[in-house]
Amino acid sequence: MTILRFSKDLFKHITTGKRAYFIWLGVLAVVMLNALISYINQLTHGLIVTNMRDQVSWGFYIANFTFLVGVAAAAVILVIPSYVYHFKPIKEIVLFGEMVAVTAVLMCLLFVVVDLGKPLASWHLFVTPNFPSSILMWDVIVLNGYLILNSLAVIYVLYCAANGREYKMYIMWPLVLISIPWAFSIHTVTAFLYNGLSSRPFWNASIIAPRFIASAMCSGPALMILVFQIARKVSDIEVNDKAIFKIAELIAYAMGVNLFLYGAEIFKEFYSMSIHVAPLEYMFHGLKGHTLLVPFTWTALVFNLIAFVVLLSPGLRNRFLYLNIACVLVFIGVYIEKGMGFVIPGFVPDTLGEIYDYLPSYTEISVSAGIWAFGAFFYTLLLKTAIPIYKGELSFLSHNMRRNLKESH
Amino acid sequence: MNRRGFLKSAALGVGGILLPAKDSDASVWEAFFQKHFREMNDKEKKDVVARLEIEYMQKYKKRITVKSTPALPNVLYGYGLDLSRCIGCRRCVYACVTENNQSRKPQIHYITVLQFKQGEKWVSDLEEAKKYYNAEEVPEAGHFYMPVQCQQCERPPCVKVCPTQATWKEPDGIVVVDYNWCIGCRYCMAACPYGARKFNWGEPEIPLDEINTETHYLGNRPRLRGAVEKCTFCVQRVRENPGRYPACVEICPVGARKFGNLLDPNSEIRTLIETKRVFRLKEELNTQPKFYYFFSL
Repeated sequence: MTILRFSKDLFKHITTGKRAYFIWLGVLAVVMLNALISYINQLTHGLIVTNMRDQVSWGFYIANFTFLVGVAAAAVILVIPSYVYHFKPIKEIVLFGEMVAVTAVLMCLLFVVVDLGKPLASWHLFVTPNFPSSILMWDVIVLNGYLILNSLAVIYVLYCAANGREYKMYIMWPLVLISIPWAFSIHTVTAFLYNGLSSRPFWNASIIAPRFIASAMCSGPALMILVFQIARKVSDIEVNDKAIFKIAELIAYAMGVNLFLYGAEIFKEFYSMSIHVAPLEYMFHGLKGHTLLVPFTWTALVFNLIAFVVLLSPGLRNRFLYLNIACVLVFIGVYIEKGMGFVIPGFVPDTLGEIYDYLPSYTEISVSAGIWAFGAFFYTLLLKTAIPIYKGELSFLSHNMRRNLKESH
Repeated sequence: MNRRGFLKSAALGVGGILLPAKDSDASVWEAFFQKHFREMNDKEKKDVVARLEIEYMQKYKKRITVKSTPALPNVLYGYGLDLSRCIGCRRCVYACVTENNQSRKPQIHYITVLQFKQGEKWVSDLEEAKKYYNAEEVPEAGHFYMPVQCQQCERPPCVKVCPTQATWKEPDGIVVVDYNWCIGCRYCMAACPYGARKFNWGEPEIPLDEINTETHYLGNRPRLRGAVEKCTFCVQRVRENPGRYPACVEICPVGARKFGNLLDPNSEIRTLIETKRVFRLKEELNTQPKFYYFFSL
């Protein structure tokens, strides 16, 4: 009976809201629907409707995937200060950070699925897994493991809240302790996916995994700062300014490391000027007249540099206007750096020296937009469920019991 | 319920929605649940081959035989390419396309012939190479040519990275793909240092009168959209008894291409390796190709 009443209450919560809420969900639904049409078209005609070809065999989908693994991994930047250092302002919102991680991993999985030539054959992964040899198998394992870990943490905390009690640390601790190295592992394994290929000198550099981690600690938290501010505007969730400023400070340090590692890589390639400098030349000033990536590269670099300066100065980062601009710059900067700036130049020039200029096709853009819309849709519903449970408005307890509980406090 | 049974019922539910109704006959399901080629016993292989032959008959209105000849004992294939002789005529490219039933639209070529200007960088830096040269007459003065195809590595990076074991190295050294088992993730293409792997981005098309009807399961049988394919040293030819040369070797008008058994000390390929100036492409990557470039002059 309780479950039935709870589900009914939950349904009511999700289906009631301001007009803006429904417009928001409606817009996302349209984007998702459009993506579905594009994807069905891709299924019917094959991946030829994308702009990927043999020379650049991974493109926008895998670029988005790579970026989102970073966003998912970045949940640790909330988990560590809240559970390990008991920083109270962040502890209050860590749940919402873990929900970002869950959402991001789901989006990652979708991006991989839409990239497959024969998605219906993916059950083969479980019948003859090439483990431990194939890093892709490792990625399947760590990503799904991370999804489970974070889902468990979120479900457990909400379950306790719905029962009107505090969660038990002896249950949370193991989850938290495993999830911290696990978060690093998902992005490290994703880096190794590229890193292990000696055929692609641009990726075959030992700095890749640290660079991935550093940039993830920028983009994920930047997204969270923006999301939390929107969430507290449109709902009655409380997010302390102190939490946001602390996260901003952490991004500044991460961006410092990220830029340093990037600089180290640029130095190594351009100073030694070996034949392997070609992909970086293609990115920074074009190769043999091909300059497609140049604007992307410079945009990313300039955005990241400006954001770094803003976030480093407490006077600027503690003012929301500057903070938000910086967060948007970080998000776009890292998005380009991980996507067009990392996946594509690995393929250009290709192993036989050919330059194929790749830009995503309409199909790739609309399907990707749909997956992003799915993420936003999913996260909105998660918030819509989690906030009332967290605040005690939605629980397994009956109204009377809730009233009694309140009076006794 | 065992694993296959579970998968079967789960997929029936999902597949019922995803698959177009017109194809929903038994063979679609048989194809869907087909085992990995290496896990099939002889009877299962026979059944699959029989099913494929019926399917191809329906599709191409022609009797297409599908062999599944295993590797011959005591054979390790090696390939030699004489750079002093190659004139860049690309007959090998097109002989390969015809022999191996590659898609004509979208076009798939296993062999890439690189054209270099004399005196320019090559071997380690292929960026100076021209892939789409269009000469009135070959060889063009002041140019030389280097064909590149699958090097059948002894340590193939493509096999190492494949998440489903859909590609593997056979006992005779040929790296093959089970097109039905490939999920189309294209990780092998990212891993291959020789650009040797090709993906069926669209539905492979071959004019009906140009189909080679003598095929091998692991070689030139009709391909699937969304799967990766590659040169197999013409597995359908070289495993015959007596073995035949790969199509590219047979067609080469200047005899620049050599082929043989590396384990046979009297073979032509062994003599070449032992007596000529030989190199292997991107040797520093330690993929140990069984494809030897040499200079006879």
